[in-house]
Amino acid sequence: MEQLLANPYVPPLILTAVIILVFPLIAGYIVLAERKVLADLQVRLGPMRVGPYGVLQPLADALKLMLKEDVIPSQSDKWIFWLAPVLSTFTALSAFAVLPLSDRFFVADVNIGILFILAMSSIGALGLILGGWSANSKYSLMGSLRAAAQMVSYEVPLGFATVTAIMCAGTLSMQGVIASQLERGVWGAFDNYGLMLIPTVLFIIAGTAETNRAPFDLPEAESELVAGFHTEYSGFRWALFFLAEYAAIVVISSLCVTLFFGGWLRPFPNVAALEMPLNTAFPAALFALIALGCSKGVFRQALVGFRLVMAALTGLFLLVAAAFALPAANELMIGLFWFGFKLAVMVYMFIWYRGTFPRFRYDQLMDVGWKWLIPISMFGLILNGVVQLFARG
Amino acid sequence: MAETTLAPPEVQAETLLDSNELVLNMGPQHPSTHGVLRVILKLDGETVLGTDCVIGYLHRGVEKIAENRTFQQFAPYVDRMDYVAAVSNGLGYCMAVEKLLDVEVPPRAQAVRVILTELNRIASHLLWLGTHALDIGAITPVFLCFREREEVLKIFENYCGARLTTHAFRIGGLQYETYDTFEKECLDFCDLMEQKLKEYHDLLTGNRIWVRRTKGVGILNAADCKDYGVTGPLIRAAGVEWDLRKAQPYCGYENYDFDIPTAKTGDTFDRYMVRMEEMVQSCRIIRQAVDALPEGPIKGKVGKVIKPPPGEAYVSIEAPKGELGYYIVSDGSLNPYRVRVRPPSFVNLGALDKMCRGSLVADVVAIIGTIDIVLGEVDR
Repeated sequence: MEQLLANPYVPPLILTAVIILVFPLIAGYIVLAERKVLADLQVRLGPMRVGPYGVLQPLADALKLMLKEDVIPSQSDKWIFWLAPVLSTFTALSAFAVLPLSDRFFVADVNIGILFILAMSSIGALGLILGGWSANSKYSLMGSLRAAAQMVSYEVPLGFATVTAIMCAGTLSMQGVIASQLERGVWGAFDNYGLMLIPTVLFIIAGTAETNRAPFDLPEAESELVAGFHTEYSGFRWALFFLAEYAAIVVISSLCVTLFFGGWLRPFPNVAALEMPLNTAFPAALFALIALGCSKGVFRQALVGFRLVMAALTGLFLLVAAAFALPAANELMIGLFWFGFKLAVMVYMFIWYRGTFPRFRYDQLMDVGWKWLIPISMFGLILNGVVQLFARG
Repeated sequence: MAETTLAPPEVQAETLLDSNELVLNMGPQHPSTHGVLRVILKLDGETVLGTDCVIGYLHRGVEKIAENRTFQQFAPYVDRMDYVAAVSNGLGYCMAVEKLLDVEVPPRAQAVRVILTELNRIASHLLWLGTHALDIGAITPVFLCFREREEVLKIFENYCGARLTTHAFRIGGLQYETYDTFEKECLDFCDLMEQKLKEYHDLLTGNRIWVRRTKGVGILNAADCKDYGVTGPLIRAAGVEWDLRKAQPYCGYENYDFDIPTAKTGDTFDRYMVRMEEMVQSCRIIRQAVDALPEGPIKGKVGKVIKPPPGEAYVSIEAPKGELGYYIVSDGSLNPYRVRVRPPSFVNLGALDKMCRGSLVADVVAIIGTIDIVLGEVDR
């Protein structure tokens, strides 16, 4: 076993397999979280039927999508129609390869990690374009044209914001960026006397557009284009697009967390006094609280099966809470915890936007992109460059 | 392609000549054409060159059905036209038959009619607001609007047992006396509504994306409104102070103190503001009507058998969507000889092409939303 793990190819392969197997489940639960959070914003309950409080809904959805009839429109370009969702999912999941999930969990730490993510997300746009075009439907075509224009426009400010962060960190490696933030003792977002906030905000805005999320969800604007580029897709192919969309959200959020919010580092990583409260007490208390919440469900549910599910969840979260109290387990998981925690905050923000903002119009989207975001991002780059030159010597 | 054969011949001929244009068939199954409206869009990229409405997918021949029903029997049918504002439809029809019969409606019945009609106006505007916001991409307001609309529907349910197609009024007055807590519930709802309107304003009015999506979109000026016969909030948003409740008061509206909200430019944002203000004014009217609710009988002198003398009557009221008119011809028999409805949705929809030309695809759904159509009324 020891020997096997020492082989440089084995741990990344195991992690890759875990990501590919587990991510669809995580994506399903992000969807459930989205539905629950939106429901809460909109004075309703969200899914409540499958399992207690709807916790098994993602499994039911996945099963339904897999069992659905596989429809390929007769007028479509079949090979490209087949290829598009595969391409989208493939690129979105590939980007996971360089995500620094924690100090020890990552598939690869390549010296051009950030470039790799940007490249993968650009190729992912191709999947949308091909999918919309090959379906040979007018709504799909308009959706994919919008997707193409949007991706091209918003990759520029996204790129500039990333370049600013890279300039600040001095490396293109994802782990290197985090190491630089640890060394400088400040999150990327607040570096250069707070001037890095400009690229941070721009990155979040452009990242929302890059992932086609509201208020920039024009390629799939359901009130105008029915479902945009995936109008003709159904069943498992549609699920793949869906998976790709959520994978893209996770990737862009991870990139943002890594570049600007310290990645898997805890807040204030250089203040030793906060080691215990933030790294042990906080996660243990958080999971204990979640377990407490679940334990209430055990008594509130009427069905025995549902009670068992809630009891199992209570036990699981208690176990996690206990694990954070153990030093050995804590050391293993704490990086993962902080990365996941920051990621969850970012994903929550994406959901929050969706519940709050109306959708931009096509020309306004271009307007915001080219007339505002790009000039501001260039300005932010130059400003940070000048400050860095004089402040760091 | 196969799709172009769906277009009317003239649109088809034009598209075959110019390959830069795309004909997009929007509806009748489309998430934001508010039912079964079909709009054929002629596009250059995302710019709309022209639109063509195809209606009739919900045609039920309501006007023809009237000729085979007695006057009372037909009353529930009118609720199925503008089912979002069923009470207003019922009021218009009852008033038209009352005019034929020359019956006086007692003051208490009139006041209750005003209360219920204004409540229905708020319910209708709430549904418009929710769906309009949904069309523009704001998915939350629709749930908030339905939450408040539910309160109105509860009052209707308590009053007459039905929530949507209420058949609340009878020819000559009312069928039912109000229930015990009616006044209190109406006043409570007014308080609630004024409070919740602030919430909507917070969500939408101050939102820069909302303002950019609605300002300057689908402009219809006063002259165009008059040319197209457009009424209701659309003409008031263009700056014309035209409200039948003031212009030719009916049902005792002359006794109530309220303003006609107007705006200047006649764009989508103005229509939004006008409707929002109308809800406030409706609350004002409800308060006054509840406070001065007279005692007395609720039905005028109408026999069991309604047999109006030969003649004709036209009555129009200010429905939430505009002027709703009923033209009824009686030949002295039990059934109306002819009923003709002047539906505000249908007439207002006529201005769609004028409003859409030169705008973008996303604006088309915003404009359909802002006209506030109900296909049951358009197609009848």
